[in-house]
Amino acid sequence: MRIYLDHNATTPIDPLAADRMTAAMREVWGNASSVHHFGQQAKAALDEARGSVAALLGADASEIVFTAGGTEADNLAIRGAAEALEPGGRRHLIASAIEHEAVLNTMKALTRRGWRVTLVPVDATGIVSPDRLREAITEDTALVSVMHANNEIGTIQPIAELAAIAHEHGALFHTDAVQSAGKLALDVRALGVDMASIAGHKFYGPKGTGALWLKRGVRLVSPSSGGKQERNRRAGTENVPALVGLGVAADVARRKLSAEGERLGALRDRLEAGVLATVSGSERNGAASPRVPNTTNLSVERVESESLLIGLDLAGIAVSSGSACSSGTLEPSHVLKAMGLSHGRTLGSIRFSLGASNTEAEIDRVIEVLPPLVEKLRSLTTVGGRK
Amino acid sequence: MRIVVAMSGGVDSSVAAALLAEQGHDVIGVSMQLYDQGQTTASGQKAFGTCCTIDDLYDARRVAATIGIPHYIVNFESQFGEHVVANFVREYVSGRTPIPCSHCNSELKFAELLDRARAYDADRLATGHYARIEQDETGRYHLYRGADQTKDQTYFLFSLTQQQLARAAFPVGHLDKETVRAHAHRLKLRVASKPDSQEICFVPDGDYAAFVERQAPEALRGGTVVDGDGRVLGTHGGVHRFTIGQRKGLGLSSSEPLYVLAIKPDQAQVVVGAKDALGRASLTASTVNWVSGTAPSQWLPITAQIRHRHAAAPARVRSNDEGRVELEFDTPQTAVTPGQAVVFYRGDEVLGGGWID
Repeated sequence: MRIYLDHNATTPIDPLAADRMTAAMREVWGNASSVHHFGQQAKAALDEARGSVAALLGADASEIVFTAGGTEADNLAIRGAAEALEPGGRRHLIASAIEHEAVLNTMKALTRRGWRVTLVPVDATGIVSPDRLREAITEDTALVSVMHANNEIGTIQPIAELAAIAHEHGALFHTDAVQSAGKLALDVRALGVDMASIAGHKFYGPKGTGALWLKRGVRLVSPSSGGKQERNRRAGTENVPALVGLGVAADVARRKLSAEGERLGALRDRLEAGVLATVSGSERNGAASPRVPNTTNLSVERVESESLLIGLDLAGIAVSSGSACSSGTLEPSHVLKAMGLSHGRTLGSIRFSLGASNTEAEIDRVIEVLPPLVEKLRSLTTVGGRK
Repeated sequence: MRIVVAMSGGVDSSVAAALLAEQGHDVIGVSMQLYDQGQTTASGQKAFGTCCTIDDLYDARRVAATIGIPHYIVNFESQFGEHVVANFVREYVSGRTPIPCSHCNSELKFAELLDRARAYDADRLATGHYARIEQDETGRYHLYRGADQTKDQTYFLFSLTQQQLARAAFPVGHLDKETVRAHAHRLKLRVASKPDSQEICFVPDGDYAAFVERQAPEALRGGTVVDGDGRVLGTHGGVHRFTIGQRKGLGLSSSEPLYVLAIKPDQAQVVVGAKDALGRASLTASTVNWVSGTAPSQWLPITAQIRHRHAAAPARVRSNDEGRVELEFDTPQTAVTPGQAVVFYRGDEVLGGGWID
């Protein structure tokens, strides 16, 4: 029996989504741009999925641009807005220091085209202070991008306030909502943002699907060129079966949202309290609230997360830490570093992210397995006599 | 039995893992990432070598998937830098010729990695080394040369202690290379025909001198090349560029071939001479480890191997004070090189070894 506690990395496919995708793969194979019956069938399936995704975000279906995932949605938002705004003369971008690489590296890439980038720091609880944004923003700022919920620590950013500041200075505001979609009730209009990215596989949809919500009237120049799909925003024949799965997942998530959030919040709190009480030298990273209900990030003193992760996996418990580098080893988390945590605390962090399959018994199993594993790792002395 | 296998992505450790899995053990594959392969120097050169690269880690992962065992990559960059690379550079700068593989074995694989294995409740740490371990009736462990004498790697394992041997396993040690490759083919491991690794894994292009200079620019301290009588024959750019017995790259013209006889780092001096002056009848060694025996206070006849590709020569060894020995060869040996290991054998058994002074 394996226990999966890494839902912020990815989630298993929703069974209904899988069924509908399988059926669509066989039956809805037309090209959605075609005039004939087969095209209409595909287009209808896409429209339905678009409606479901819009409903999840509190948006209008016409504002949804399907992409092949969250990273592509972030690229489309940032590159697309930058190119559209270039003629206006603004050359400054702002992001928070704890953004996902999809945002950070996209902005970094734009520095090669003459854009300046400012990363706004977070406080020790992992929250972006509106005052820091006020200090960073100028009349040269074209776009501000701050994630809604952080993938590693789960903290929720004061998006509405931050977006208002951006708008006061005539800048657009994008939020990477990949970790909040399906976990929080979203209303993109109430958030006051101009663009929001989501990824299907974070809420039981298929990998390789995502969407950018683009508020009506916001101009983008698509970074990809080709056909006129997605209202000229994203060229290429749509992956209809996968997007059908995305739509189903969005529907399921929306229906379950509040009950599941409550359930996961209680389990997460049980896990957090249990670990903090039984593992000496353990601490929570980031604010307890506001936070998405499924995530907790804990640091364990005098143990490296790499050893913990492997030990837990061998005990059948899947968790994660930091971000994996190209070879698959772990690098210290840039999020925890940005929060000003000590190097040791950064190296000893593990993230538990809960989801649909998790039960109270599983949480209790983790609380049972973790303390002796930590003690064992701490007690090691090298056989060869060093240390 | 739960066994962690150190998988380099090469054929030997791959077959080691596969054979253990085939025997029904609970096998866990672990590969060590030892340096940042992407790291480049200020001048844009690759800072580190190409063995144990991402490709090798990928090979290890694919093999683990073929065998059906879990596989993890552990980051030992800082430990490797501290215990292996730093020592390697320091030794060259001080005019010695180091063997990083031995340090990697005794201070990473059979230390840090072995610790990890214990934490994961593994009974053994296995590697793809060509060496054999046997336990006698009194419970002591003995280390023997690999069955394939041409591949034997005990020269790099002499510093293993009884505690380390108790938890080590060498599943291919009793096989020859051909058989190992045949197993790899039989088990359809993708590395079956992969060439053996050569040279030192972290040094790109095998250019040790350039590597040392990048890591320790102070190594670039010029000096003189002198003959046995102290006459200056030429100059050089740093003692780290030389090893005992070296003939090429001395930058000298001479009627007879000249060899490096000695390196004097304090004076930045390299002493050269004719080949017959290279022979030495004795040596001393320190940081000696007696693998299964005890330090002999009286002269003990043994055979002694003074570098990886050296045929062990008859000699006698006697323990001095703490951890040191003196050793006399029956006939003088060429190129006794400070920094290399001297390993004492009785037949195929490794009695011990130490570092040549």
